[in-house]
Amino acid sequence: MPDNEALTERYARHLVLKEIGGAGQQKLAAARVLVIGAGGLGASLLAYLAAAGVGHISIIDDDVVSLSNLQRQVLFTEDDIGLPKAACAARFLTKLNPDCTITPIEARLTANNAQDLIEAHDIVADGCDNFATRFLVNDACFFTRKPLVSAAVGRFDGQLATFKAYENDEKGTPFPCYRSLVPENMASVNDMDCAATGIIGALTGILGSLQALEVIKEITGAGDSLAGRLMIYNGLAATARVIRLPWDPTNPLNGDTPTIKDLSIHA
Amino acid sequence: MNIVLNGEEILIADNLNVSGLIDFFDLPASKVAVERNLEIVPKSAYVTTMLKENDRIEIVHFIGGG
Repeated sequence: MPDNEALTERYARHLVLKEIGGAGQQKLAAARVLVIGAGGLGASLLAYLAAAGVGHISIIDDDVVSLSNLQRQVLFTEDDIGLPKAACAARFLTKLNPDCTITPIEARLTANNAQDLIEAHDIVADGCDNFATRFLVNDACFFTRKPLVSAAVGRFDGQLATFKAYENDEKGTPFPCYRSLVPENMASVNDMDCAATGIIGALTGILGSLQALEVIKEITGAGDSLAGRLMIYNGLAATARVIRLPWDPTNPLNGDTPTIKDLSIHA
Repeated sequence: MNIVLNGEEILIADNLNVSGLIDFFDLPASKVAVERNLEIVPKSAYVTTMLKENDRIEIVHFIGGG
């Protein structure tokens, strides 16, 4: 454990922020964050979470580094090609900030492991590359009552939202979940990953950084949560907007008559 | 009446709901969300949500890459 003087110096720029300060830094050090996917979003997301002093970061990814990843997944180098992404990311992050405990999980998130894994963390950041996993993460976070900061990219576009579907807003209306935005039929769509649609590398860096910021805000309580809102980033137009994402009372997870009672639909 | 669709002013029929708008422009309803005046319209409200003069509508395509 580094001495207090080194800690004070490492996080000096956080400590002077009244929204973070010593109390916020301690919350970051105590936080356990689960990151789904060590891809383009994961690269900047993980680097900023580790640099910020998040105490425990788990990374689940079952893929290995390939040459076509290096255009955007800036945690990896050519030496990593063929090696597991989770382990390579963990090695990079441990060097970046030895204060952090990094746990690489070389596996796929499934209906069998999702609930236990998420239960063991305080907050989840989803940066995976497919809709089926996004639904699984959403449902598992709802059942375990864990906040989910979810980012997605495609071509020049990015979307970012925080889901706390297990809570109500100040009017007593439930917060939306991912299913209030995206319908179930998208779970079977798998032709929209980066390989098929293309992705501009720098955009993944932007969205992953925004995602890290929202995770840090949820942990420290700084600023306004994105829960109930959706940020849409248009890289070609260089515009961003934040819009309201209302709860859909007919959604099957936290709607008026829910039909999803557990994760069995993901098995 | 006039609405603004994806940043462009267009003329549409009066008394059109969101469902009608999707049909009129032949949009892939299952792959997009409809944003009306900076708010996502829940799919279950497509029929009951009537468009109004000067509404600003954006078609939001779902993306799932990471």
